[in-house]
Amino acid sequence: MSSLLTRVKLQQIKKAIEEGKRLDQRNLNEYRAFSIEQGAIEKAEGSARVKLGKTEVLVGIKVEVGTPYADTPNNGVMTVNAELVPLASSTFEPGPPGDEAIELSRIVDRGIRESEAIDTEKLCIIPGKKVFVVFVDIYVLNHDGNLIDASAMAAVSALMNTKMHNYEIVDEEVIIKQGYTPLPMNDFPITVTLGKIVDKLFIDPGLEEEEVMDSRLSIAFTGKGEICAMQKGGSGYFTAEQLKEAMSLAQSTAESQRKKLKW
Amino acid sequence: MPTFFEKKQLVIPGDLLAEGEYIAGDNTYKEDNRIYASRIGLANCTHKKVSIVALKAFYFPKVADIIIGTVKEVGFSGWTVNINSPYIALLRASDVLNRSFKPQNDELSQVLTAGDLIVAKIASFDRYHDPQLTVGEPGLGKITRGQILNITPTKIPRVIGRQGSMINNIKKATNCQIILGKNGVILVTGKDPKDEEIAIAAINKIEKESHTSGLTDRITQFLNDEKQK
Amino acid sequence: MNEKPKKLINTKGLRLDGRKPNELRSVKIDVGILPNADGSAYIEHGKNKILAGAFGPREMHPKHLQQADRMVLRCRYHMAPFSVPERKSPAPSRRENELSKVIRDALLPAVFIENYPRTGVDVFIEVLQADGGTRCASITAASLALADAGIPMRDLVVACAAGKVDNKIALDLMDIEDKIGTADVPVAYMPNLNAITLLQMDGKLSLKEFENAVEIATGGCKQIYEIQKEALKKKYEIIEQEEEVE
Repeated sequence: MSSLLTRVKLQQIKKAIEEGKRLDQRNLNEYRAFSIEQGAIEKAEGSARVKLGKTEVLVGIKVEVGTPYADTPNNGVMTVNAELVPLASSTFEPGPPGDEAIELSRIVDRGIRESEAIDTEKLCIIPGKKVFVVFVDIYVLNHDGNLIDASAMAAVSALMNTKMHNYEIVDEEVIIKQGYTPLPMNDFPITVTLGKIVDKLFIDPGLEEEEVMDSRLSIAFTGKGEICAMQKGGSGYFTAEQLKEAMSLAQSTAESQRKKLKW
Repeated sequence: MPTFFEKKQLVIPGDLLAEGEYIAGDNTYKEDNRIYASRIGLANCTHKKVSIVALKAFYFPKVADIIIGTVKEVGFSGWTVNINSPYIALLRASDVLNRSFKPQNDELSQVLTAGDLIVAKIASFDRYHDPQLTVGEPGLGKITRGQILNITPTKIPRVIGRQGSMINNIKKATNCQIILGKNGVILVTGKDPKDEEIAIAAINKIEKESHTSGLTDRITQFLNDEKQK
Repeated sequence: MNEKPKKLINTKGLRLDGRKPNELRSVKIDVGILPNADGSAYIEHGKNKILAGAFGPREMHPKHLQQADRMVLRCRYHMAPFSVPERKSPAPSRRENELSKVIRDALLPAVFIENYPRTGVDVFIEVLQADGGTRCASITAASLALADAGIPMRDLVVACAAGKVDNKIALDLMDIEDKIGTADVPVAYMPNLNAITLLQMDGKLSLKEFENAVEIATGGCKQIYEIQKEALKKKYEIIEQEEEVE
């Protein structure tokens, strides 16, 4: 039966945030507790399950042999896909990915791609002909807000856990051999999402907060602390001052997250 | 004519409960002179009637039940209301306005709009028609303050307690007004949000420990401890 | 990639994973693990890892699918792209659509659909890892999700397959046995009512072999039923243990 999120409740959330508090007793700059389990799916080449509060995301990685893009003949390929599976929320419908799922996968994609997290040159098998293709499949198992950060965290954790088949080339054919090599990684990007209600910013929006917030900002940071991808969402706006405040809040959060993650 | 369970035994769908001249009560069914469980719960037998207090169930509307619902949509001549049940309820404009509804004058969304909470009574319901609500009695109508929480509807009697002992305890200790919807939705209204939080915590505790003994004492203790914090 | 083994049962009469022909894989079940679903279950059956979530009964959408005299049960069996050796496209395949239907047909006899006209219940099944016998493990989990949602049922439904490998009837085939073996017979069963609610078969069997396969498959169902029952009770029993502590 659908949630009974009432106007009374929505007003309470809004009022609390305006007073600098949150209904779940968190501070505005406080992340929810999270946990990561790597290798949950033995049959996938890599996998990780992340719990962020009650949000739960499983990412599975498949690595297969395919062809490179014409403009990058010496680089392997990564594709990110997200499924908001209907058992995760009564608001998710079965069917092909909708706008929300596509945006989610593209935000996660950009964070990994632009930080050059995967050393794609090392995924090249025969230049212009054969490369490894890394499929990152995001599977949302429970929706309790901030799918972006949970998915990004699960995707990078799964990539860290990914192994590629060893191979040899015989007459331009790729022959898979026994044994594995870890996926070559250069960086471990961290994505931080914050919400905005009126002029108050808060980190890691929960599901109910997402229903009330005017806008959202997700920022991916490289290991060196550079910004590598960004996405504003929601129907509201940020003033230039708010944007500044948001950037510094996100950056300090990313730093403390990185310490917790030991990435 | 045996029964196959001990009093208050935990049973699950398909468990054989009794054989012979027994009557199938709540959450059981009869087939070939045998009575089986149809829901997970605690089995009971009184006067040859075998029934189960379900530990998990959804709300099935019953005429005269007081419920708490959320307005879903403003319709042409009334509202649809989510009552935490498989059926969406209807509230007629004429029932709220207390006179006949004039589409040219009455702007329904100014009276009640999507997301509004109401306390209402089930006026009618059968297999073929969705439940109809009424708010035309004292104590019914729109809710503007307080907090709501959801519990399994079958546990509402436990929150009430024997002759209202449990709920009166909570009301007295927290100074909150509490309305228990038969559909498992509860409204808690107090002067201070902190009082509301204590009342909600106490009700959640009752739901979690609903079929344990000595619960009334533990709730009294809990309320005392919380108040001193 | 992997060489296909020539023999599925060795000279000692053991299968590739060390099981005897009539031996079940290990089965682990948890009930009530999805906070947003009305009822849910997670099953690990051998290397199969499957989640099932039930939503409802709720107002049936779209409305034209409503039935005036009963509840509509819908099932969706879906495999995660990473659940199998070669990545599977997330779009539902013909196989997944068929399995969704047979799983629904296996669950329907257990549900009191006639009590809740015009409503709908959705059961969503996600296969996170597949290793043969996913439809059976899905049914076992899905019936628990329905019971956990508080939907009145005649019985739980439990499922298990038997088949023929290396000319022997064997219980609970894993993926490689299913692929190389000569027959597979999945069976779903309501143990208290002694009723079979799913029966499929592919391959070649004599009538006698078929009867034998059904018999050992229902035997497997009865073993899984004990685990299924305990898993459901476990979710609701925790409270009773708390009482002893206090």
